[in-house]
Amino acid sequence: MNKIVQIDPDQVEDVGPLYAARKNVYPQSVFGTFRRIKWGLMAFCLGVYYLLPFVRWNRGLGAPDQAVLIDLPNSRFYFFFIELWPQEVYYFTGLLIIAALTLFLMNSVGGRIWCGYLCPQTVWTDLFYAVERLIEGDRRERMRKAASAGPLKLGRVSEIVLKHSIWLLIAWWTGGAWVLYFTDAPTLVKELVTFQAPAIAYIWIAILTATTYLLAGFMREQVCVYMCPWPRIQAALTDEWALNVTYRYDRGEKRMSVKKANELRALGLPAGDCVDCYQCVAACPTGIDIRNGPQIDCIQCGLCIDACDNVMKKIGGPTRLIGYDNDINIQRRMAGEPPIYRIVRPRTIIYTALIALVGGIMLYALLTRSLLDINVLHDRNPVAVKLSDGSIRNAYTVRLLNKRGFDRVVTIDVDGPQDAVLHVVGDDSITPDRPMVVLGRDGTTELRVLVTAPSEKNTEKSIPTKFRITDIGLGEVASAIDNFVSP
Amino acid sequence: MEESELDGVSGKTTTGHQWDGIKELNTPLPRWWLITFYASILWAIGYWVVYPAWPLLWSYTRGALNYSTRAAVGVELAILEKIRGDKMIALGAASLADIEKDPALLALARARGKAAFGDNCAPCHGSGGAGAKGYPNLNDDDWLWGGSLDQIVQTIQFGARSGHTKTHEGAMLAFGKDGILKRDEIGTVANYVRSLSGLSTRQGYDIAAGAKIFAENCTSCHGEAGKGNQELGAPNLTDKIWLYGSDEATLIETITNGRAGVMPAWVGRLDPSTIKALAVYVHTLGGGK
Repeated sequence: MNKIVQIDPDQVEDVGPLYAARKNVYPQSVFGTFRRIKWGLMAFCLGVYYLLPFVRWNRGLGAPDQAVLIDLPNSRFYFFFIELWPQEVYYFTGLLIIAALTLFLMNSVGGRIWCGYLCPQTVWTDLFYAVERLIEGDRRERMRKAASAGPLKLGRVSEIVLKHSIWLLIAWWTGGAWVLYFTDAPTLVKELVTFQAPAIAYIWIAILTATTYLLAGFMREQVCVYMCPWPRIQAALTDEWALNVTYRYDRGEKRMSVKKANELRALGLPAGDCVDCYQCVAACPTGIDIRNGPQIDCIQCGLCIDACDNVMKKIGGPTRLIGYDNDINIQRRMAGEPPIYRIVRPRTIIYTALIALVGGIMLYALLTRSLLDINVLHDRNPVAVKLSDGSIRNAYTVRLLNKRGFDRVVTIDVDGPQDAVLHVVGDDSITPDRPMVVLGRDGTTELRVLVTAPSEKNTEKSIPTKFRITDIGLGEVASAIDNFVSP
Repeated sequence: MEESELDGVSGKTTTGHQWDGIKELNTPLPRWWLITFYASILWAIGYWVVYPAWPLLWSYTRGALNYSTRAAVGVELAILEKIRGDKMIALGAASLADIEKDPALLALARARGKAAFGDNCAPCHGSGGAGAKGYPNLNDDDWLWGGSLDQIVQTIQFGARSGHTKTHEGAMLAFGKDGILKRDEIGTVANYVRSLSGLSTRQGYDIAAGAKIFAENCTSCHGEAGKGNQELGAPNLTDKIWLYGSDEATLIETITNGRAGVMPAWVGRLDPSTIKALAVYVHTLGGGK
């Protein structure tokens, strides 16, 4: 039974606003192994992104010579030696499956490798931070400048203007590279410079300039923490053996100064390695404290490992107080057992096998992909026609696909109704019983095909009928099945 | 109306309205909503000024832009015609036979022809040209007025029994209604006609009488062997295709009342290149000679 509860407004507790403002993050510059890996991967990823449209690939006369090209007007996708037609878009499905599985594998081996090193959001944010650091100085300086009140001085104004100009330049270049994938890059660059390019190119550059500038310059870690679904999904794909960037609290606790730790150790008492210097926090691009344990805000970029190692080297302590590890090993070390690492385990084996399987299927499909194809569409109105001599005729729209880069000649024949005669409308070739058709390079040819057969020999209502084309030069064959219908 | 009062729980005032002791809190519309509302009114006034808005007695206010949807459609149609222009000129210049040999022209003619067929011919001949009783099937190889490209163009241009001076003329007489043949003679000749194309005949009908009646009345149009005459639109009676039906009752009806199907003349209603495209489309449906 429902009970009506009277709420006294004076007793309702005011919890304040549910909205929490962003705390600005000022990551400190770091040097070390992981920083070097990140620079290398950034150079690689951006290099590929910016330069790939300019790579050439010879496909013969009349075909585009751009290695990677999404040709929307002609509905073709070129990737080096591969050329895909719209109906082969399922190859992208395979590619996406492989990408997802690779993500799962990376996650089960080394945590959020994607987030920390490869994700465009991370790469561009990292680049924008580098620009910021170069112009405005390192963490302390930036914090001081941000906190200083009073009117802006000319030097500070020029710094801000310079920073945003460079950011916008990078952002503009990001959008500029994007549009180059959709048309011949050198031509478009020329058109862009002389303001002859189509409006859509400028619009896309503007859109991607805006998104890059906003996401990498202002949104930054908020994209990872609040907007991106991957941190949530990856939690379901990881396990207790996956190596994550981890504060080894078995070694670190209790935190104390170097001096106090030395005193305790001299007495034979336990002391933690962590000196509570906050360098890991200062270096973190998402502004968190890794020592609080695994958390959704951590993109696992490894910069805190470098920061901590540098401190440890200075105080002469053992490095990798923060490192790629998991909770199992922390517990084992606390129990006095040696750590164990299981990179090869059922989960990683299954992911690898699945990647190999899907990759194999795709490779097989790609290598055995037919370059000659035929589609048949039966006339629906009328389905069948009775001729004056009583025989039956069916009409079909036949579409022939030639995926090779040159013209070729095919013959068409039909197998199904007895004594069937095939005629191609508009054809007056010298072989009327097996009409020859020229197929233009890299395109489709539509034909109207009439099949006539005597009614007394074909009394069934519907006869399965095979249309076959044969390349008279290469011998390639393609066929399609339809029906021959009686009225 | 009562005085408005302060509500202790919500901290708001009431409107002063009261129904059966229930009072209403004063919750005015949000400011943004009001601003949007007034802005919409201002916008609408601007709309009256710029676009056609008010109906007058014999006309309407035309607006400052002098905009008209009809004129806008006209402009778009003109652009379309300009785009089509070159191709349709090429179609108009090519000879009928050449169109079918050139794949690009053939595709254009068939596409244009199909659209024009749907707009103009489908009501009688059906959307696929399959015809119906009394309306010829254009997919088959049986032609009343000839199935060559030139003959098809001729028929489309001037129609059949359309009243145009150049139209196809010739009608089947109403042998029964006009008293030329008696009822039993009509039955006999109907059976004879069925026998011409190998159809079954009524048992015991007088073949000789049928042949005699046919020779005296029908051969002038349908020919001695019943093969028909395309000059007169007289169908071939020896094949398997029947425009109105081959059963005895239908044949008797045909002979009694005569037949004279009408097709309108399209010259002047369709431009020459469209008629050309239509002819190619019909010819390539499959039955063209």
